Amino acid sequence: MPSPIRSSSSSKAVPDWPALFGQLEAVARTPLLRQFYARGAVAGDTPLSQVRFVALDLETTGMNPDRNGIVSIGLVPFTLNRIQCAGSRYWLLKPRRALSAASIAIHGITHEALQRAPDLSEILGDLLDALAGRVAVVHYRGVERPFLRRAVRERLGDRLEFPVVDTMEIEARIHRGWKNTPLVRFLAGLVGRQPKSIRLAQSRDRYHLPLYGAHHALTDALASAELFQAQVAWRFSGDTPISEIWH
Amino acid sequence: MEVEQIEIRNHLQQHPPFSVLSEDRVEQIARQVEIAYFRAGTQIVEDGQALHDLHYVRSGSVEIYRRSGEIHNRLGEGEIFGQLTLMTGKSARYSVRALEDTLVYFIPEALFRELLEEEEAFADFVEVENRTRLRQAASVRAEASEFATVRVGRLVRSAPVMVTESTRIRDAAATISEHGVSSLVIVADPAEKATGDAPMADLQGSPMIGIVTHEDLVTRVLACGLDHDRPVGEIMTPDPVSVDAGNFLFEALNLMLRHNIHYLPVMSRGELIGVIDLADVVGLETQNSLFVVRNIFIRDSVEELKELVPDMSASFVRMVNEDANSHMIGSAMSSIGRSFKQRLLELGEERFGAPPVPYCFLALGSMARDEQIMHSDQDNAMVLHDDYDPKRDGEYFKSLANFVCEGLAEVGYRYCKGGFMASNERWRQPLAAWKKDFSRWIQKPKPEALLHGAVFFDLDGVYGDTRMADELNAFSAEQASQAPRFLGCMARNAQNRTPPLGFFKDFVLEKSGRYAKTLNLKRRGTAPMVDVIRVHALASASQSQNSFRRLDDIVAAGFLTSGMAADLRDAMEFISIIRTRHQAFAIEAGRTPNNNIDPETLPNLERRSLKDAFTVLSNAQKFIKFRYRA
Repeated sequence: MPSPIRSSSSSKAVPDWPALFGQLEAVARTPLLRQFYARGAVAGDTPLSQVRFVALDLETTGMNPDRNGIVSIGLVPFTLNRIQCAGSRYWLLKPRRALSAASIAIHGITHEALQRAPDLSEILGDLLDALAGRVAVVHYRGVERPFLRRAVRERLGDRLEFPVVDTMEIEARIHRGWKNTPLVRFLAGLVGRQPKSIRLAQSRDRYHLPLYGAHHALTDALASAELFQAQVAWRFSGDTPISEIWH
Repeated sequence: MEVEQIEIRNHLQQHPPFSVLSEDRVEQIARQVEIAYFRAGTQIVEDGQALHDLHYVRSGSVEIYRRSGEIHNRLGEGEIFGQLTLMTGKSARYSVRALEDTLVYFIPEALFRELLEEEEAFADFVEVENRTRLRQAASVRAEASEFATVRVGRLVRSAPVMVTESTRIRDAAATISEHGVSSLVIVADPAEKATGDAPMADLQGSPMIGIVTHEDLVTRVLACGLDHDRPVGEIMTPDPVSVDAGNFLFEALNLMLRHNIHYLPVMSRGELIGVIDLADVVGLETQNSLFVVRNIFIRDSVEELKELVPDMSASFVRMVNEDANSHMIGSAMSSIGRSFKQRLLELGEERFGAPPVPYCFLALGSMARDEQIMHSDQDNAMVLHDDYDPKRDGEYFKSLANFVCEGLAEVGYRYCKGGFMASNERWRQPLAAWKKDFSRWIQKPKPEALLHGAVFFDLDGVYGDTRMADELNAFSAEQASQAPRFLGCMARNAQNRTPPLGFFKDFVLEKSGRYAKTLNLKRRGTAPMVDVIRVHALASASQSQNSFRRLDDIVAAGFLTSGMAADLRDAMEFISIIRTRHQAFAIEAGRTPNNNIDPETLPNLERRSLKDAFTVLSNAQKFIKFRYRA
């Protein structure tokens, strides 16, 4: 069994989330965000077994939060013991920015469906309600938080922050040990260029998790929740403090 | 936006019992599922743990261990566990471990209960599944449930414990405790001086005159303060209902339910071989059709009886789906039919008063043979005591018979087109008149008359003084076996309906009409098979009615080799099962069941087997032609 992995060497320091939430609550401009921060953040020394998580996945029109928009959001609340499908949420959203033909093909979502869909601002209250007091679990943290941050800034002129665990980064840590040969770098480069959903499926396969259809925000959220449970079962323990893996 | 758990729904949908549910229902379940991942080797359920969910193996596999530590079962993708614990409301009496990395879906208890309540097919599956599991646990590889395939004789563990009727109650009680039994068989005092101390060995073989159970000792002795020195004969149940060792367990349970008794003496060839109790029987299993039977006896009107018809269909479909064999299905359906008759007669007697002379109500044809499928025609008749006086008693029996036949029609047994019904005055007559009829049929056989009259050679006493039916059976069996011309006639009639096979062993199908391109499994299959077997049975002086039992008698009497009988048995079973399954599908699809099947709809192997079965029938018909030449 691989030994537990130390905290990542990520360039940015991880904030003290409860303290940051306290500060943000004080400076929040809108009641929506103030209430969100008022519900607090999990303390860093909380063991994983006590943490309430929410797996979160966004389907977007592209990878750049400045140029692309959000098409759909799926989320599933869970703990290490149980993934609670009954609390799942899924929203189809009208993106601010145009949907390319390529992303239509990927997401299987049509223009018509999107025309009828609400704007993020209409569901933001529900979304924040589902995130409040929980740690978000995403597969590749370069998407969900930046896109939501940007969307909230645009619509409310307010700042959105929340703690995130990145299952892709956890997978990457495991393979860091043999990252130095040219061949591995070449292979890693190949993997790195693959769409997120494919990488998610490959990670899941390592834990003998079933293959799911890709590119549906709710399915991907569920897939991430299961992957995280598997990662903890193999690489960590319920006693590991959340501060070792969150960002 | 409606949340759709596509992956969960798609997976559930492919696996029973969820596969039988509507899409909306599966969607509802998928939305409420909880999920957890278990690394290989980790514990999923601990022994003694309270369960609050049905467990579904989404991927991977698990092992279930008994308390003793031995492996009880191994389950893989799409299989469920925990249902028995949830249904009994107890805690787990086993532990479960992930054999591989496993993803488990948890279906909340409240939802599981809702499904059991509202989704019959789901409930059936879950209950059957339990049984299957239990059977695996016992490492019994029985094709159908033991309950239907095990005969009563196998439950008899020891010779009956007997005492004479003059034995003192206190000594009888001592005997009960000494032998560790819960009932005593009471026999008559020996002809010489009754001492009550005769050694038991001397009593073996004496006819049973009654039975005393330990409950009797409590209710009839202790509770009443009866003197313990009184003879045990005073507290016995005289002439207790008994069961034949050759009967199936569910038939024994039927009797117990019917008479509200917990003990049944078991007879083999007229001799008592032991006593079984309810716990011996229900310890094995329960059976749906029994609940229909039990329900019949608590209904107080024809209208109320009618309400049970859907239960009857459901129990038929369920048995077919459980892969019960045709004998079990036929017996269960016949029990239900018999119970309807019995209850109608009880209700009739309540309405018209006690019968002026003893009588016996007869089932004829498939019900008498224990081969009924779903609703069939009502073939029945009445034997009246020879003291019957048409002027005095005629009106009574006419009213009673009409009441029963009309009631049977109400609960779905169609009027017999040939008029073989107790409501027909011709078939409601004293025993002596019946014997005269049988003598005439057998001694002066006319093929046309016997063509339809064959039903009278499948005859069973259903209600009333059934000894009259037995007497009639014995009478006809003895005469028929001695009457070559009669046997020849019956043999010729049994060749009338040939199996639907062409010269090149291809199926011959109906050419036109409603049933074009189909073949009739009853008219061209089971019915001629029954006819052929009946001829041999009559020649063998067999008093059995059921075709399979008749085959046993026929082989014993040397009229067929055991190999030939085995072929007939297999062929009969195969055609019957195809037919019952065809009917069950129709019922499930909400159609009226019929006997016409398009062989193209059968899988190749079954189609081939069906041809083989028809070939066996065809050969059997050629054989009786040669064997019983008129």
